[in-house]
Amino acid sequence: MKLIYFAWVREKAGKSNEEMPLPEGVKTVGELIDWLAGQDDKMAAAFSDPSVIRAAVNQEHVPMDHELGENDEIAFFPPVTGG
Amino acid sequence: MQAEDFDMGLEISRLTRGDTAIGGVCAFAGLVRDFGGSAASGGAMTLEHYPGMTEKALAEIEAQAQARWPLQESLIIHRYGRLEPGDNIVLVVAASAHREAAFEACHFLIDWLKTKAPFWKLEETADGAHWVEAKSSDDVAADKWSRLKGKE
Repeated sequence: MKLIYFAWVREKAGKSNEEMPLPEGVKTVGELIDWLAGQDDKMAAAFSDPSVIRAAVNQEHVPMDHELGENDEIAFFPPVTGG
Repeated sequence: MQAEDFDMGLEISRLTRGDTAIGGVCAFAGLVRDFGGSAASGGAMTLEHYPGMTEKALAEIEAQAQARWPLQESLIIHRYGRLEPGDNIVLVVAASAHREAAFEACHFLIDWLKTKAPFWKLEETADGAHWVEAKSSDDVAADKWSRLKGKE
């Protein structure tokens, strides 16, 4: 799966994207956020408060209980502020 | 989706030209507001977006407006990149036979865009750059249209 980060999530994570296999035991977007927060200090800073993280899978907004697939493009970002 | 500026008048007349079924056009334009404390920084902002998803989200928002109101034409232009106070950010236009559909669809387009299109504003201030926080009032404005849909 491909992960993409935007805005302050990208800045805190220290990277804009990465590819990795779906971690074992991770089924949903919310579980992936918890898993990412446990990877290192930077990812912990980016993902420590899931309430301010929004997600898109394959470029569609999804809720935290959305189930993930191996070939998904998953994006994490703060609530949007365009317009 | 473009980095370049746009000419509101030109875009609106281009949209409506030749379609004589149009009786009313409503447009909303969003500009970079000088948010104060800008003497040192210039008050500029940078708009980040999600290439690919942004285009899909804007097309979906426009399709929703077309499905809810009898529109002859609609248009969304949104800029990205670094913008200065006074610069155009966004233009939404709805054209219909009558004014009510044009007004409502235009309002809907900007309300939904603000909560659903993947853009993020980074403001430059004297204290450094900071990401603009989403407002709960924007969610309330967008939700209003979800509730109205149920009434139809």
